[in-house]
Amino acid sequence: MHLSINGQSREFPEPLTVLQLLVFLELIPERIVVELNREILTADRYAGISLQTGDKLELIEFVGGG
Amino acid sequence: MQIVVNEQNCQVASQIGLFAVCALRKPDADLILLNGCPVTVDQPLKDGDRVVLLRCGEAPTGAELEAVMVSRHTPEVHFKVKNRCVGIAGVGGLGSNIAVALARVGVGRLVVADFDLVEPSNLNRQHYFIDQIGLPKVLALQEILKRVSPAIGVEAIHEKITGANLCTHFSAVDVMVEAFDEVEQKTMLISHFLSNFPHIPLVAASGLAGYEPANRITTRRVAKNLYVCGDGESVVQPGLSLMAPRVGVAAHHQANAVLRLLLGEEP
Repeated sequence: MHLSINGQSREFPEPLTVLQLLVFLELIPERIVVELNREILTADRYAGISLQTGDKLELIEFVGGG
Repeated sequence: MQIVVNEQNCQVASQIGLFAVCALRKPDADLILLNGCPVTVDQPLKDGDRVVLLRCGEAPTGAELEAVMVSRHTPEVHFKVKNRCVGIAGVGGLGSNIAVALARVGVGRLVVADFDLVEPSNLNRQHYFIDQIGLPKVLALQEILKRVSPAIGVEAIHEKITGANLCTHFSAVDVMVEAFDEVEQKTMLISHFLSNFPHIPLVAASGLAGYEPANRITTRRVAKNLYVCGDGESVVQPGLSLMAPRVGVAAHHQANAVLRLLLGEEP
């Protein structure tokens, strides 16, 4: 299926949850804010949401310090 | 002719002298500034002169302070920010400096939350003082903000912010600020806040350690209603700690983004 990730179109096998996508991309969920189709998700929803072809994701990585 | 005395326009007789204005408006003044310069000899005033009459250490009244703010920022800007509320989660290096900047610009109400106490190691970058060591940061900050802007309303929450309690504490803010240190706290706050309040803009920070060029720090929109200030990558590591100048640059990027949002501008 096609997913748009940070503005780039990419191909992924189905089925795929948000959590599986993060693991596949080797991203650490605690350091990422996920926006799916213009909606920000809380981390407890990552495992329960199956991605659909055409979904648009912004995966925003944060580093500590403040 | 018209002159300005303590930031207020005054109609006065032409040829009036400086000391006469002083006697009329503030006879006990012990410092007289004429167009920005200290003056000790009497002299005739001319149209458009700016006179400031001060008693050293005397607090201006609320009305006087407001007149100064209106004069500096224009009535339009002043009344827009005065009636708004900003939430700040975390008042360390980022949050303490953001809060002070927003108080100086005249934001009417701040909700500040942090569970930490002021420690000696904070003083390299955080807006606290030696005599505040051991105080809860939110109470130390409240004290500082009242010294900057006596009319400001500060709600100080000495508590660890969680996904559950942030909805109660920050439900009434016009703009939210993420100013935590730990990355897990940052993402927790952002995701829970914007899930619950998708219509309220949030200004976060990422990447501000060390002393790399300040110009690498930017403000950018990364999602609907989410703005991030920082270089996105400078993380604390051996030899690369958090230091006042760069933390301050990022904090003031955040404060300026908040101000622009309050004024209806895209950061």
